Amino acid sequence: MVLAQLKADITAARLADVTLPQGAAWANDARAQALARVRQMGLPTKRDEYWKYTDPASLTVADAPQAALFDAGQTPLFADIDRLRIVFVDGVFDAEASDDLALEGVEIERLSDAMSKDIHWVKDTYGVLEARGQDPVHRPLAALNTAMATDGVVIRATAKVAKPISLVYLHNDVASDAVLHNVVKVDAGAEVTLLENGPAAARFSKSLEVDVADGGAFHHVRTQGRDHERRAVTHCFARIGAQSTFKSFTLTFNGVLTRNECVLDIVGDEATAHVAGACVGDGKDFHHDDTVFITHDAVNCESRQVFKKVLRNGATGVFQGKILVKAGAQKTDGYQISQSLLLDEDSQFLAKPELEIYADDVACSHGSTSGAIDEDALFYLRSRGVPVIEATNLLTLSFLAEALDEIADDALAEALRDRLEGWLSRHS
Amino acid sequence: MLEIKGLKVKLEEEDKQILKGVDLNIAPGSVHAIMGPNGSGKSTLSYVLSGRDGYEVTGGSAALEGADLLDMDPEDRAAAGLFLAFQYPVEIPGVGNMTFLRTAVNAQRKSRGEEELSAADFLKEVRAKAKSLKIDADMLKRPVNVGFSGGEKKRNEILQMAMLEPKMCILDETDSGLDVDAMKLVSEGVNALRSEGRSFLVITHYQRLLDHIKPDIVHIMANGRIVKSGGPELALEVENNGYADILAEVA
Repeated sequence: MVLAQLKADITAARLADVTLPQGAAWANDARAQALARVRQMGLPTKRDEYWKYTDPASLTVADAPQAALFDAGQTPLFADIDRLRIVFVDGVFDAEASDDLALEGVEIERLSDAMSKDIHWVKDTYGVLEARGQDPVHRPLAALNTAMATDGVVIRATAKVAKPISLVYLHNDVASDAVLHNVVKVDAGAEVTLLENGPAAARFSKSLEVDVADGGAFHHVRTQGRDHERRAVTHCFARIGAQSTFKSFTLTFNGVLTRNECVLDIVGDEATAHVAGACVGDGKDFHHDDTVFITHDAVNCESRQVFKKVLRNGATGVFQGKILVKAGAQKTDGYQISQSLLLDEDSQFLAKPELEIYADDVACSHGSTSGAIDEDALFYLRSRGVPVIEATNLLTLSFLAEALDEIADDALAEALRDRLEGWLSRHS
Repeated sequence: MLEIKGLKVKLEEEDKQILKGVDLNIAPGSVHAIMGPNGSGKSTLSYVLSGRDGYEVTGGSAALEGADLLDMDPEDRAAAGLFLAFQYPVEIPGVGNMTFLRTAVNAQRKSRGEEELSAADFLKEVRAKAKSLKIDADMLKRPVNVGFSGGEKKRNEILQMAMLEPKMCILDETDSGLDVDAMKLVSEGVNALRSEGRSFLVITHYQRLLDHIKPDIVHIMANGRIVKSGGPELALEVENNGYADILAEVA
C-alpha cells in the first residue's frame, strides 16, 4: 500500500501542470486514454521490479534536470549518406533545417498535422501498439509519452524507399524537456530505413511505433549521444507481420541516464526480428539500460538480441531481456546475448535474461557475460608494437564487432565504427 | 645483437625460480637454436625477453644492440626490433588481419619517427609477402587467427615478421602443430628473411625444424640454465640419444 501511495503521489505531481495537445477528436481520445493508463498504472519508482536497476526518479519529476551542451567538434553523423533529413531542435520540428518531406514510395507528415486530420491511417497505430505493449509488463512512461507528445513524424512506406529517412535530434537548450512520438507503417512488401541520431534535449522521451505488414522490411539505425548530462527514455513498439523483417541497432555514447525499451510482437509466421545495441560509457555518472521484450506468437520465426556494453571509470550498464514464446509458436528460433567489457573494477553490469516458453518445438538460447580485456590478446598486440592504449581500443572495437555486425548496411556500419573510434581515442 | 647475462627470473605469483642464470650472446646475422626438455625454461625466456606480464626478473640483464630490454614496455621492445613468433598465436575476433598488420607496422614506424606507410604501399607490400607464404586474400581479410588452422596461424606469424622486419626474431616452438609441408613453407619464409643484420633465436623440441632452418649454434637448456652449447651436430646428438646423456654428462 505504501508503494501504491508513493506511485500515486509521484504521478499526481508529474501530471499537475500537464495539458494535452489538441487535435482531431480521435487524437484527443487517444491521448486521454493514454493519460488514463498512466493514472491507472502509476509512474514507476525504483521499487518497481522493472526499475530495480535503473532509478526513474529524474524521468518522472515534473521539472527536468538541466543538461549542459557538449561539443566534441565532430562532423555530423551520416553526413556522407544520401538521406532525407528531418531535424528537431530540442524536440521541435525545424522546417528550415529539414529537407522537403517528399520522397517516392513514402508519405511523411509531421505528427501534429496527422493528429489534426479527422481521417488518418495513423489512428489505428498511434498509441495502439503502445497500449498492446502494456501487457504483461507496465510501461507507464510510454503511455505518458503517448498522452503528451507534441511533435514527431508519421511515416508510411508504400514501396521500397530509395534512401533512408534520417531524424536528427539537436540539443541547444540546457533546460529542454522534449516529448516526441514517431509512427512508421510499412505496407505489405514495402521497405524503409529509419536513422535517428543526436542528444535531442536535456530530457528526452521518445516513442516509436512500427507496424510492419506481411513481407515488409523495417531497418532502424540509431545513435544516442554526445551530451554527458542528458537523460533519455525511449520506447519502441513493433508489430511484425508474416515473412517480414524488423532490424534495429542502437549505439549509445555518454548520457547520465538512458533507458531504451524495445517491445516486439511477432504476429505473423516466418518473420525475423533483430534488435541490437552497443554502448560505451565512461564515468560513474553514466547509466545505460537496455530493456527488451520479444513475444513470439507465430510459427517459424527468428529473433535475435545482441547487446554489448563497454564500461569504465565506474559506469553502469543494465540489460533486461525477455523472450516469450506463446503456446503454438512452434519452430521459434530465439537468441539472446548480453555482454559487457568492464575496463576497471569500479564499473558494473547488471543483467536479467529471461525465457518464458509455452511451445514444445523451439530453439531458444541466451547468454550473458562480464569480462575484462583479454590479457593474452593485449600482449599479442603490444608485442607487435601496438601501444597499450591503441591496443586496448582495438580490442574494445573487436568486442563490439558482433553487435555492429547486426547493421546490414555497410556504409552505415562504417559511419558508426568511425564514430566509435573517435570516442575511444578521446576517452583513452 | 642480443646479449643476455646471468638472467634470473621467477614467477610473479609464486615463489618459483624458472631461469637460474642464463647467458647468451647472439651476433648480428647469426641463427641460434635452443633445445631442451619440457619445463626447462625455453618459453619463459622468450616471454621475458618480449615483456609478458607474470614474471619477475631477479637478476642479470638482457640488451638488444646495447639497449636494456627489460626496462621497456612490450611495444617499445617491438619498435626496437624484437619479434616473438608465438607458440600459440592469439585469436582476435572482430579485428581484421589486414587492419592488425597495418596498425602494427605503422605504430612501429611512428615510434621510430618514420612516416606511416600509405594504404596503397602497404597493400602492395603485404600482398607480395603473403603470396610467398601462400596466404590468400581471404586469410588477410578474416579476423586475426580466427578459424585459422595450426599451419595458417604459424604462416601468419611469419607474415607479421616479414612485414615488421625486426632485427632479432625469436621463434617459440614454431614447428609445433605443423605437418611436414607446412614446416617447409614456414622455414622457407624464415630463411628468406635471413640477412646479415638480422638474428634468430629458434626454440624447439625437435631437430627436424633445424634441418630446414640451419642454426650456427645450438644450445641445450635444462633446469633454467644453458648447460651445453655447440654446433649443429649437437641437435643431431639430441635427436639420436635424447637429452638424458647430455644432462648426465653436465651434471
